[in-house]
Amino acid sequence: MSEAEYDLIIVGGGPAGLTAGLYAARAMLKAVLLEKGAVGGQVLLTDWIDNYPGFPEGISGFELVDKMAAQAARFGLETRLGSVVAMALAGPVKRLTLEGGGELTAKAVIIATGARPRQLGVPGEVELTGKGVSYCATCDAPFYRGQEVAVVGGGNTAVEEAVYLTRFAAKVYVIHRRNELRATRIVQEEAFANDKVEFILDTQVRRVRGNDQGVEGLELLGNDGAERFLPVSGVFMLIGTQPNNDMLPLTELAADPYGFIPTDAEMRTRLPGVMAAGDIRSKAVRQVVNAAGEGAVAVLAAEEYLHRHG
Amino acid sequence: MAGDKVLHVGDGDFDAQVLKSDVPVLLDFWAPWCGPCKAIGPVIEELANEFDGKARIAKMNVDDNPATPGKFGIRAIPTLIVFKGGEVVEQVTGAVGKTQLVAMLNKAL
Repeated sequence: MSEAEYDLIIVGGGPAGLTAGLYAARAMLKAVLLEKGAVGGQVLLTDWIDNYPGFPEGISGFELVDKMAAQAARFGLETRLGSVVAMALAGPVKRLTLEGGGELTAKAVIIATGARPRQLGVPGEVELTGKGVSYCATCDAPFYRGQEVAVVGGGNTAVEEAVYLTRFAAKVYVIHRRNELRATRIVQEEAFANDKVEFILDTQVRRVRGNDQGVEGLELLGNDGAERFLPVSGVFMLIGTQPNNDMLPLTELAADPYGFIPTDAEMRTRLPGVMAAGDIRSKAVRQVVNAAGEGAVAVLAAEEYLHRHG
Repeated sequence: MAGDKVLHVGDGDFDAQVLKSDVPVLLDFWAPWCGPCKAIGPVIEELANEFDGKARIAKMNVDDNPATPGKFGIRAIPTLIVFKGGEVVEQVTGAVGKTQLVAMLNKAL
């Protein structure tokens, strides 16, 4: 009874979406994957991935998602570039409005819109983005050859990328607001062993100072009240993620207080025929490996839904 | 080949090809070690086809051409700048979507 154009629309082309695309193509569903910018998602921001199984020497973020995209393409997955601005997901025919006009319809939808690096939210940050404020060490590290830079954050990404930055920068300060790091032990130990990495703990960034030429340094405030200025020419904000959820009906999907989408163990959201997978899900662990797994599970749930409602 | 319409600009011909262009130019500063830069490559190629004759779509490898990015204070890539009449009219950093780039170009036309 539905007149949907597609069986399944996958929104987002990171590891979750690409794996969903692979499974959907192999299941011979009439499916399309929509990606707003660059296929790959946040993995593209990672220099090297050592914890995705099957690559004993590790693999670059770009190469990993490039292989995932090629694998889905091999089975004929249709991929389109374009942003979704709104979704009507409650009825049997799901309607997705595209930026610049146009609409796509499907019987089922997988939300794999992912997350993006979180902004710190201090004065100077937005104005100096691209002029010394960065969210991607692997993209921008080579601009800081022989210079002093800072990393803000204390998790795996922050500490790993601080070590990566030492290949170029003369000195890398890691600024973290707590007195201990959240990064996993092996990551911490590599950073502690690196002479070029210096930790500034119990300290917050109050302002990024700069001029037309770019970043000059950071105004810091210690948890003990001490103020200081740290001269650096670059600062990498690696303090976690925020969900890409602007286009989602958050109330209907019962988003959590941070804007992530809860699902059951089969990746089903509370809306029938709507699944979510990857970093957009409300969950504790955001790794490439579980994003890929969730993409596969979401397609199996979609297939089951289509079988019952097709 | 879709990619053939993208112009590859260097420090040497930047003035002639970009600043003195009689149509607006979208210049994509990129490097081979930058994942997001490589990933937006297909978008740049699509734009080159769609704006053929109306605007010039160009790329500059910042590894081979350090002078121009330095002149514009670029310390992050991908950075995309729209030039019109030799002036910067739009600038954005990061792997932004095609729609945003189309809007930036349309404003300059």
